[in-house]
Amino acid sequence: MAYILLRHRDVPDISNLNVYENNGGFEAFKKAVTMMKPNEVTDLVKASGLRGRGGAGFPTGMKWSFIDSKSWPHYVVANADESEPGTFKDREIMEGNPFQFLEGVAIASYAVGANAAYVYLRGEFWQIAKSLDEKIAEMEDAGLLGEKLFGADYSLRIYTHLGAGAYICGEESAMLESIEGKRGQPRIRPPFPAVKGLYNKPTVINNVETLTNLPMILANGADWYKSMGTSDSAGIKIFSLSGRVRKPGNYELPFGTTFRQLIYEHGGGVQDGRSVKAIMPAGASSSFIVVDEKVLDTPMDYATVRILGADLGSASVIVIDDTVSIDWIINKTIHFFKHESCGKCTPCREGTYWMMHLIEDFRDGKQTDADLLLNVAKQMQNKCLCPLGEFSTMAVVTGIERFPQDFRKA
Amino acid sequence: MSLAKKYPKEVKQILAKYPLEYKRSAVMPLLYLAQREEGYITKDAMQDIADTLEISLTDVGTIIGFYTLYHDKKEGKYRMQVCTDLPCALRGADQFMESLCANLGIKVGETTPDGLITLEAVTCLAACDRAPMFQIQSGNGLKYYEDMTVDKTMELVDTLKKSSAEMK
Repeated sequence: MAYILLRHRDVPDISNLNVYENNGGFEAFKKAVTMMKPNEVTDLVKASGLRGRGGAGFPTGMKWSFIDSKSWPHYVVANADESEPGTFKDREIMEGNPFQFLEGVAIASYAVGANAAYVYLRGEFWQIAKSLDEKIAEMEDAGLLGEKLFGADYSLRIYTHLGAGAYICGEESAMLESIEGKRGQPRIRPPFPAVKGLYNKPTVINNVETLTNLPMILANGADWYKSMGTSDSAGIKIFSLSGRVRKPGNYELPFGTTFRQLIYEHGGGVQDGRSVKAIMPAGASSSFIVVDEKVLDTPMDYATVRILGADLGSASVIVIDDTVSIDWIINKTIHFFKHESCGKCTPCREGTYWMMHLIEDFRDGKQTDADLLLNVAKQMQNKCLCPLGEFSTMAVVTGIERFPQDFRKA
Repeated sequence: MSLAKKYPKEVKQILAKYPLEYKRSAVMPLLYLAQREEGYITKDAMQDIADTLEISLTDVGTIIGFYTLYHDKKEGKYRMQVCTDLPCALRGADQFMESLCANLGIKVGETTPDGLITLEAVTCLAACDRAPMFQIQSGNGLKYYEDMTVDKTMELVDTLKKSSAEMK
């Protein structure tokens, strides 16, 4: 099957504007601006079943329809902050197929009536930001961005904004704070960004992969998109496969592909011929899935993974083999969240700090069980201001509860 | 010298990205500019940015303190930032880091005596399939080095040492 998002694997020079245009590039955006009303674009995206690829899986068209049409101007922000441990798909899209992503930004902007869009990149994507700036300038020169596009009464500018090393800026309200020149700390919601977002104006924030789907959905129709994937999760997804597999990497596959197919057919199986002990399907924010032969045959879509007691999230599948102890894993995830906690709310700031000390004590043999650690993690749950604090507890709680043998010391 | 005098074209371009009444948005790109030459941000540069954007020195300071890629003191010319986060660690990043420390003769967080390399452990850099990996941050940007070995890294350090000596 031909690639839909990672098209640079089929068309090597697609990062070149001429090549992208010769492969149908910007026809979808032109069609939207010259032949469709903004709400028709939204309706089409709703009908396609596209859900947000950043982790939450929220229906994209529905998200757009929440935008407050009484308050102007509107903004679109592309979330290119990709920082979840185990996730490296947006990077490949922006490096390999940047114009399809930018066309997606343009289509989303048209649909919600935004004349300015910002691409928020994590600071480490310095080189990608530089290259996107060049691509944006090429689009302006070619009349694909600017005033009165395609002779219609629609204008659009796209700007990049580079972060500077803060995982929390992937959370959408923290991202808006960061663009406004402040520390990236989440806002209390409501109001939601669709009502009061960037500069207090209605704002839609979509993930890079989500946006990159849009040109193909507009070109081929909602039914085409829905013909792939499952009834719960339409279309295709880039699975970032990492950990103890022979061939880690990005795999663009329909939703409903099983863990077994991803790990063994595409990923070449487990290193050193070991067996899979656990899977973290949503990076460091994951609950652990306890793996047996039956679990490996689970189709990956949002609803089905939930039955296993985990979330698919951004589909950053970390494979853990039977040589690895789960206390080592959560030591890593806790240190990550401790480092990335923004410090605004007490449960997360203090909770991640104490979890870090407790897991270190356990690993140093100062504690013989993880009861207190589990207690602290559970006390944090449902009390944090934003998902970061909540996510920090997922691996801790499910790790201790689902792999009790790894948390007992004689 | 103020940033506006030193880099007039770039400062203008940066300010043009944001609505006039929200020029505070320019603080992050201006901080990168201020860091370009020396690899860290001086008090004078902070004051200059505060004046340009009509915000307080404290406002600028909180940004430097919050985001890990801004620095307010002089360290190594090149910051070697090795990912030791979970996915990389499952592919040997901790052992890679240990061995780098031994080869460079410094601990994590330290700088080589010649002032060339500061070695840092960082969280996920979105390159989990190409571990071990690191990025090198210098005043003028960031570059990824992926699928690395200790030998390849030490060769790179030699190259950096040579090019750095030539520049002097």
